[in-house]
Amino acid sequence: MSSTHAHPNYVKIWFWLVILLIISTLGPMLEIPVITLITAFGIAIVKAFMVAANFMHLKFEKHIIWFLMLMSLTLLGVFFFGVAPDIMQTEGDQWIDCISDNSCVEQRL
Amino acid sequence: MSNRGPVATHRSATGVPTGRLAVWWVVASEVFIFGGLIACFVLFKLNGTPGFEDASETSVVAGAFNTFVLLTSSLTVVLAHAAIERGDRQKAFNYIWCTFGGGIVFLMVKIYEYSGKIISGHTITENLFWSFYYTMTGLHALHVIGGMVIMALISFDILKGYNFQRVELIGIYWHFVDLVWIFLFPLFYIANF
Repeated sequence: MSSTHAHPNYVKIWFWLVILLIISTLGPMLEIPVITLITAFGIAIVKAFMVAANFMHLKFEKHIIWFLMLMSLTLLGVFFFGVAPDIMQTEGDQWIDCISDNSCVEQRL
Repeated sequence: MSNRGPVATHRSATGVPTGRLAVWWVVASEVFIFGGLIACFVLFKLNGTPGFEDASETSVVAGAFNTFVLLTSSLTVVLAHAAIERGDRQKAFNYIWCTFGGGIVFLMVKIYEYSGKIISGHTITENLFWSFYYTMTGLHALHVIGGMVIMALISFDILKGYNFQRVELIGIYWHFVDLVWIFLFPLFYIANF
């Protein structure tokens, strides 16, 4: 069994992925944090989408595969926002911030 | 295409061949494994945790080169898929081994990087950044090795004329490994602020 769709021009897609890689590598040389964020992570998202859609053939897949991926990404979002307060909040009666003073290992002992 | 192999390979309840659906389930679970690690890394970085400035110690050139290698290996494995759909077994075999070669190059660069960092004193226990670095890139490297082993095994099957569908299945897995690296590269090599 195999997919029966027409294959896109993979070399052309690879070429654009390499161009995006060059941009994302050169972007931080401007040393502007906003530009670095866009060229590093913005382009990473574009590249990931191009790989998933064209190389993994996600754009030819049935909806069930899209739902499967959306479900895992949604659960990941739940995990992210569920864990965020534990890492980001450093105030409270029971809070012990052992990372800042590097004393986590001693506390476990 | 040949009909040899497990029955599950040739039937489908969802409209997606069972083997391919299984690989997508693997990918979904991997999203959570790597995504969970990436989420924690981002949260600690946003929180200004000490040690994350060490991202400037990693080699952007090595990271970019490895990204190029994985992108190119993704191209060769998808060309193997296209070749096997045309029934060109020899070409598919060659492309699979080009992908395998890409995996070898990637691992060689990784070994070079690891040894340099360890010699410089940056070990997994130094701080949280290096813990994440070795855990995530090490887990990723294990996935690369796993993919290479599977590719080597299926390449001889397709030369013999069966299990052609596995070229597409290993391709999906390999592209996911590439996709994970696409996110690890900016996290560990580029975002030094």
